[in-house]
Amino acid sequence: MATQHSRSAARIMMAPAVVLLLGWMLVPLIMTLMFSFKRYLPLRGGDLGWTGFDNYIRFVSSSAFWPAVSTTLIIVGAVLIITIVLGVLLALLLDQPMWGQGVVRILVIAPFFVMPTVSSLVWKNMFMDPTNGLFAHLWRFFGADPVAWLSEASVPSIIMIVSWQWLPFATLILLTAVQSLDSEQLEAAEMDGAPALSKFGYLILPHLSRAITIVVLIQTIFLLSIFAEIFVTTGGAFGSRTLTYLIFQRVLESQNVGLGSAGGVYAIILANIVAIFLMRIVGKNLDA
Amino acid sequence: MSIKKTILSATALTALAGALSAETITIATVNNGDMVRMQGYTDEFTKATGHEVEWVTLEENVLRQRVTTDITTKGGQFDIMTIGMYETPIWGANGWLVALDDLSEEYDADDILPAMSGGLSHDGTLYAAPFYGESSMIMYRTDLMEKAGLEMPVSPTWDFIREAAAGMTDRDADINGVCLRGKAGWGEGGAFITAMSNSFGARWFDENWQPTFDSPEWFNTVSFFKSLMDDYGPAGYATNGFNENLNLFQQGKCGMWIDATVAASFVTNPTDSTVADSVGFALAPNTGLGKNSNWLWAWALAIPAGTQKEAAAKEFIEWATSKDYIDLVAANEGWANVPPGARQSLYDNPNYQEVPFAQMTLDSILSADPNNPTVKPVPYVGVQFAAIPEFAGIASQVSQEFSAAYAGQQTVEEALEKAQAITSEEMEAAGY
Amino acid sequence: MARGITNQRKAINTAAAWAVGLLIFFPILWTILTSFKTEAQAIADPPIFLGFNWTLENYATVLERSNYARFLWNSIFIAGGSTILGLIIAIPAAWSMAFVPSKRTKDILLWMLSTKMLPAVGVLYPIYLIFIKMGLLDSKIGLVVVLMLINLPIIIWMLYTYFKEIPGEILEAARMDGASLKEEILFVLTPMAIPGIASTLLLNFILAWNEAFWTLNLTAVNAAPLTAFIASYSSPEGLFFAKLSAASTMAIAPILILGWFSQKQLVRGLTFGAVK
Repeated sequence: MATQHSRSAARIMMAPAVVLLLGWMLVPLIMTLMFSFKRYLPLRGGDLGWTGFDNYIRFVSSSAFWPAVSTTLIIVGAVLIITIVLGVLLALLLDQPMWGQGVVRILVIAPFFVMPTVSSLVWKNMFMDPTNGLFAHLWRFFGADPVAWLSEASVPSIIMIVSWQWLPFATLILLTAVQSLDSEQLEAAEMDGAPALSKFGYLILPHLSRAITIVVLIQTIFLLSIFAEIFVTTGGAFGSRTLTYLIFQRVLESQNVGLGSAGGVYAIILANIVAIFLMRIVGKNLDA
Repeated sequence: MSIKKTILSATALTALAGALSAETITIATVNNGDMVRMQGYTDEFTKATGHEVEWVTLEENVLRQRVTTDITTKGGQFDIMTIGMYETPIWGANGWLVALDDLSEEYDADDILPAMSGGLSHDGTLYAAPFYGESSMIMYRTDLMEKAGLEMPVSPTWDFIREAAAGMTDRDADINGVCLRGKAGWGEGGAFITAMSNSFGARWFDENWQPTFDSPEWFNTVSFFKSLMDDYGPAGYATNGFNENLNLFQQGKCGMWIDATVAASFVTNPTDSTVADSVGFALAPNTGLGKNSNWLWAWALAIPAGTQKEAAAKEFIEWATSKDYIDLVAANEGWANVPPGARQSLYDNPNYQEVPFAQMTLDSILSADPNNPTVKPVPYVGVQFAAIPEFAGIASQVSQEFSAAYAGQQTVEEALEKAQAITSEEMEAAGY
Repeated sequence: MARGITNQRKAINTAAAWAVGLLIFFPILWTILTSFKTEAQAIADPPIFLGFNWTLENYATVLERSNYARFLWNSIFIAGGSTILGLIIAIPAAWSMAFVPSKRTKDILLWMLSTKMLPAVGVLYPIYLIFIKMGLLDSKIGLVVVLMLINLPIIIWMLYTYFKEIPGEILEAARMDGASLKEEILFVLTPMAIPGIASTLLLNFILAWNEAFWTLNLTAVNAAPLTAFIASYSSPEGLFFAKLSAASTMAIAPILILGWFSQKQLVRGLTFGAVK
């Protein structure tokens, strides 16, 4: 039905977005690629010439590289699992008839509005501090020794903070999907006396698969680059250093922009591997 | 109508002319107590000179990242930057800072303690003016010490510290014998363990810039620290930095605390500290090898080269680091709260000599020697750091390995092995 | 009888949902409460829940120390500006993808999303250098553009999914009536898409408000938003939980209030095409 006219109009309308994003992607990408083949040390005078693949070799052969990759994947994976499982349960719960539904929804989505820096500071100081934190008070109340969360369980602590931030997002999207579930189908299932579990497995979950796909996709993009949560809480210590954080250390702490840029290129590659992987697994759900 | 307009623009012009000599300078600074206090007195500066001041106050790590990016790219966002003894010589050598060699007569630059001006200079030229200077020393609870039946020597050994910590620790009363920094970060736990290693005869690099974490001295340092803190330190000490320990000490949960001399004014301040009237001071401990484990640091104000407002910036620096500023703070908040450690005249002042920690602060500062920091010779300058561009990056990673060892996630041997590998790797990358 | 059972179930649901809701909200509630305590009360053991002497002292301290109004205004300007600019660019693009799809539409969409994967810190130096060259450092305009670009893929994707749900027949009917392309977008599509546009706007406002890397690293004074404000209150010397809480509350309050008023819109609108 689309005419030649509307096709060219469509192209014109897409042009600004495509051109801008192309620029936003290409300019930094090309500069990053260029830096990554250079010895670029800002504190030693800046650009010190080309070095071939030195930075790339050095970045992967560093003892910090593989642990950082696995920490990244663990954090992303764990947060995805937690937010989706809890998000589905919460969405189902919030969909039930109840008093004060609006208020409860507000309470549940509130963490999404909190800046990552603020939520990290709050969790770190007011909850996880081993002396004055609320958890420490709670542990002592029950006669247990307070846990030094950010050193003894740094990665789980960060997973917890990040999950708290992203659970509302997952819940919101899943809730919208749950609400669109055909109530007639549900009632029919109820009439048949289908047990709750099989109702969930055969009816609800398939219906939610598309929403879950979207949660996975969008959250992965954001989670791969979490930074403030680590910067504020552990500073990358105790095995909580992600790839993004490792790049930060190379670029800003070590002031080795060439090496950090090589790391940036690896991070892009990792992100794309994850993306392709995601597309393969969940892409069918997404006939965008 | 048009007459009115003319008059209006004429007044605007005069206002503009008046504003030309008065400028607005932008200052990046750290959010610690003395700096925040200085912000409170900005009006006095504006009144005296007509210059307005915009403050960019940031947490220490964010500040470092922010000003380093700006200075290396010549971004020109700030007219004054608050930097330390680590950055100043490196930046000065690169020609990124305005030399402060033409300060006014009445400013009396010769009054700045030599240890401070030495650490803030490159090739004998001062590049940053110290706002306050610090070393580190022992702060201890005189009541607990007495209860333990011990007496703190003026210059104790680490063995004595261990003994005293054992005597003061009372887990039931939630009192830890000793609180020390274990937090990762080169300016946090990294600074402490480096200064401590000096007293154990260790060093970061040998004369050929080879890292020496495989030496027995380093092993002794880190394992002594860990066993001392495991036995008598607070829970979770691997994440405790200056601030955490300050809170613990103020709440009466530490017998001893070895940290920055500036903390003395906080722990003796009765409004914040529950133990204000029972704090004693001593020199940072040693092992009899001739070096104490105290560091040397200054927060200083520097002007990035290329700023358009150099003259106004200099005026501000002269004001903020002057003797008059010290008098101003003393008059309003008492002598215990003036910025310490920068000027000899402050320590010659009889009023200040009455402050209980004044003499010990001065003695600590004077006993630190950045040009000769360790028992064995080293190629670098700096007590708790080595003033080379790579150090911050290396030391923050090394201190993370140490913190992981403190937390029991790896052994001291493993941590030192990794430290050696990280340092070799980075030094090689830097072309040593 | 049946009604009784429903009410009973409803009561259980209500209790469960409220318990979970309060648990999730608790950290925020605790922060707000702490902001009204003195520093000593903030760390008291056992913790004091409500029975403390409420004080505004922390807010007074924070207001005295920082130019909160300017930070707030910058946040509003940057988040609002980038969202509006993003919508202006995204609406035509999403429209054409939804109604004049080609074989490459899906690829283009995924490519757009993939531009979000470049780790920000890796390109700090390139972007900083570009900003210096263009004189954009510490300018609100510069940040508006950067945040717009960061969120543009999400905006386009969200709008695309909304537009796709608009039945094509309506458009055809409008076309039969001789509506021009402009009229079609303005009078037919836009009204139908308003709920979608509104929730896109909200989500992106939130994302832009909370962005803490570029807003911190590319600003100093004139453009510094609330993310920079909060960076001056984390871990200073001495006791600081109460002051930190006050600053935190001030940083999140505006967006929290906005979110509360618009939560219905968000709940309805955040579909990303998840609903078929």
